[in-house]
Order: sequence, then C-alpha cells, then structure tokens
Amino acid sequence: MHPFDFARVSDVAHAMTSGARPSAKFIAGGTNLVDLMKCDVERPAHVVDINALPLAQIERVAGGIRIGALARMSDVAASALVNEHAPAIVQALLASASPQLRNAASIGGNLMQRTRCPYFRELTWTPCNKRDPGSGCSAIGGENRLHAILGTSEHCIATHPSDLAVAVAALDGVITLHGPRGDRKVAAVDFHLLPGNTPHLEHALKHGELITSVFIPDSSHARRSAYLKVRDRASYEFAIASAAVGLDINAGTIRSARIALGGVGTKPWRARFAEAALVGQRASTDAFRAAGEAELKAAHGYGQNDFKIELAKRTLVRALSDLAGGAV
Amino acid sequence: MIKMVMMVKRCGPAPPGARFARASRMTLPPCYTPPDDEETDTPDDPSRRSFVIGSAAAAAAALVSPLSATPVTTAQPAAKSPPVNATKVALNVNGKTHELVLDPRTTLLDALREHLDLTGTKKGCDQGACGSCTVLIDGRRYNSCLTLAVMHGGQKITTIEGLANGDRLDPVQAAFIRNDGFQCGYCTPGQICSAVALLKEGHATNDAEIREWMSGNICRCGAYEGIVAAIKEARNASV
Repeated sequence: MHPFDFARVSDVAHAMTSGARPSAKFIAGGTNLVDLMKCDVERPAHVVDINALPLAQIERVAGGIRIGALARMSDVAASALVNEHAPAIVQALLASASPQLRNAASIGGNLMQRTRCPYFRELTWTPCNKRDPGSGCSAIGGENRLHAILGTSEHCIATHPSDLAVAVAALDGVITLHGPRGDRKVAAVDFHLLPGNTPHLEHALKHGELITSVFIPDSSHARRSAYLKVRDRASYEFAIASAAVGLDINAGTIRSARIALGGVGTKPWRARFAEAALVGQRASTDAFRAAGEAELKAAHGYGQNDFKIELAKRTLVRALSDLAGGAV
Repeated sequence: MIKMVMMVKRCGPAPPGARFARASRMTLPPCYTPPDDEETDTPDDPSRRSFVIGSAAAAAAALVSPLSATPVTTAQPAAKSPPVNATKVALNVNGKTHELVLDPRTTLLDALREHLDLTGTKKGCDQGACGSCTVLIDGRRYNSCLTLAVMHGGQKITTIEGLANGDRLDPVQAAFIRNDGFQCGYCTPGQICSAVALLKEGHATNDAEIREWMSGNICRCGAYEGIVAAIKEARNASV
C-alpha cells in the first residue's frame, strides 16, 4: 500500500477543501477502497474520512424517499420505509456481499465501487485499460466468463458489480452530488458511464465532489418491485446475472414497466427495449420472454460468457413472473 | 531476508525480478508486515510465530530465487523510527483503551494483531472474502481487514479475546466446543464473533436463515453442520 496522510472531517465544508487536493480520496466504509489500495490499484496521497458527516438519514421527502450517502447498506436493508416504498432496493442490498460488509459499506460507496474484473485487480499487472489507459484489455480473448455482454467496447468488457445500483437505475433514482459550487443532481441511469474509448472514466462524479444522497421517487413500479440475483453460489457472491423489475399492472395488463439488468452490463443496465416491449401486454411468460429477446438482441458474447445472453433472458422472465404473481 | 521475500507477495510495489514469480501463480499467504518486535527476535527466543514466519519465508525464497531475474537481496535492518504519516488513535479494545501512533495504512486487523498482540483475530484472505478477521465494533460485526485502524478511535471494539467473562466462556464459545463447530480452528474466532452478532440481530430463527446470515464466514474444513448446531444451541439457551 502506498503511503498516504489521513484526516477526519466533521463538516461538509472541510470535506470539500480536503477532498479537492489532487490525489485525495474520500473514505466511508472502505470495503472497496482499502482492498484496492492493498493491491496498489488505488494510490491516494490523502485519505479523507467522511464518516462524521451528517449524511446517514433515511427519510420520506416530497415525492419519494431520500437515502443519505453515508447510510450503511445493512441499515437501509432493515428500513421498513424503504421496504414499503421500494422493495427491490432492500432485496438488492440483502443479496449483496455479507452481513459484515453490509455493516461497513455505505450507499454512496456502493455506487462508487469498482469492477471485480480480475485483470483490473490483477497483481501481475497484465494490461487493463481501466487501470492503465491504452495498455489493452486482457479480458477480451482471456478469461471472461464473468464479463459483460451489454455496453461493451473493444477497450473494456468489465461489469459493474453493484446490485444496489441496478435497482436504483430501474426505479428512476436520482443521485445528489455536492461540490465546491453546491449541489447538482444526476439521474442514476446517467451516473455510470459506458466504457467506449475511455474505460477509466466510470462515473459522472468530478474530483472533489461527494455523493450526498440517493432519491427514489414514488411510483407504482417502485412499490411493486423486486430484485432477482443469479450467482455461482447461494450467497456472498457477485451476480452473473440479475434483474431489478417494477411493474404497473391493471387487471392483468401491463401499463408500464421498469427494468434494469445487473452482472451483464458494463454499467447498471437500464433495459428500455424490454420495458417498451411490455407496455400494453397481458402479463404472461410469453410477453416476458419477448421482452428479454428485445433487450438482449444487442448483446455480444466473448466466448466464455456467451451463456449469459440466455441466462439474462431467463433471469428477467423469472423476475417478472414472480413479481406479476397471480396476474400471469 | 524475511522482509524482502514478503514483498514478493501480492501487495506493494514489485521489486525487480518479481514479475515472473508473480505470474507463476504461487500460492502464498496474504501480505504480511513483520512487527517491530519480531525483527529483534534472537535465535534463543524462538517464538512459534517467528518460526512459522521464518519457515514460510524460507519456502517462498526457495520458490522465488530460481525464477527471479535478479537475486533477492537481504533487507536493511529496520531502524526504529516513527511510522510514516504518524497518526494518533485511541483504540478501545475489550474494555481497555490503547493510545497508539500508527502509520494510517495499518488496518484494524493489523493493529490488533501486530500492535496489541491480540492474535485471536485471524488474517485469512485479507481482502474481505473469508470473514476470519470478523470483530465487533459497537456491537456490530465487521471485517477488520478492510478498515483502517485510525478510523475507529472512541468506538468499542470486541475481539474473540474479549467475549469470555473471566474464566466463563461466552455461551456461543461454549456451544461451538460442545457441537464441534470447527476442525482446524482458524476461522473459528471470526465465526464466533459473527455468530454473537447474528444472535443479537435476531437472524437465527431457522437453519436457512442462519446459513444465509453466516455466509460471510467461510470454513474451509466444512464444519458448517456443527456451526449451525452451535448457533441454534446458543439461541435456544438465551430464550
């Protein structure tokens, strides 16, 4: 681990000045940052502890709920308010990591976590365009069973690992960022970036900015929502495919749907084609399958991960069928 | 010698010649920084830990040397100097407060083991994937390997050493013994700390729930049947 100096800040103004220094990093839970610092993938010169900032509230606000960026995953998962308003958020959190990690990890940090692509974390320093722009992608043509099939580029096929971010993207979440010039809001679907030619640029957050909260608007999709995660073992594992789904159904007919896929995209994958395919359809396995086909038409396998194309469709069908319940 | 060889593992900058050694995918224990007191160990004071570390280093050296482009050189004896970016922290561990001056890179796990000599908490994967380093902070369970010690001033930290009341074991400790909740025992301190928190959380209503909420603690021996039985016994004893 590279040396750094450490400071604890107790108000947002101090966080702004401390965090603005070049090579400064904010730390909350540290479960991802400390891990990556140990492998020298992250090498901040200054680490700023923001845990004393008053940003951990989970509260009802006009038009929805607001989750403070420093709320812990376990506390949000245990929140009756969040479960009533948006069960997919709670289910995504409970399917994440382990109880210990959920106690430590914050909501803001969860959205900021970096890919689990083994080449990104690789200790032999194999090429990786995220870690070392321009060096190449080792996963294309390498071990890529766990990699993305949607949103990939010739420079990067790494998945985004967060479950929570998938549910937030599906339910039209809005992320509030605080910077030296005040607050700004970014739609969750625009927060994470496609790799394109610049896979090292992963999100809309600028250096020195801080995520302060995540807003989930009231909607019938949020109230009737669910998260299904498919993984290589029953628990404590990242997704190979997942689906966050929300349905607005009236007398068996789908008025509208909200869908995002996880474990298959280079970013939390809002599935607009699948959503469009469901509007006005009777809730049925056939309709759900057609939605999956519509979304995965653009998917591209890289050999070992070809199976994810079919798996993503089946994951979506099961998530929607379970959610529609008696309506199917 | 020890220090140099240890650097060839998966943390820290690669010394010259280390590339081939790393690429060969050797299985080596996690990153380890010898504590100050260990470097002053004399041959007539062979503690078990020094022996184990020395053996691992010798084994690693045997693997590394033939593959290295340049020979592994002997490290300079470490001078006693203040830590880099020295940061003060008062850690309250098992009811006792310790004033420490640490390099902020020190994880809570390393502070416990190497600075406070509380070696009951184990270093398994050192990357949050096994749970053997689980401790309680203000009653909640955490992986002590993924957090910095300097972040925990003023909090109440409980390790496996702090669970028993004098000679009386915590009911979870006693239940692990009665139910064979371990084989080699390496993951056990983490399992027990995790189980204590699990019972407090109320996540032990049935076997499936226990298994899900204990999934952050891996047992390579596969003593899971005994672990679940121990947790159920401790749960039943406390109602």
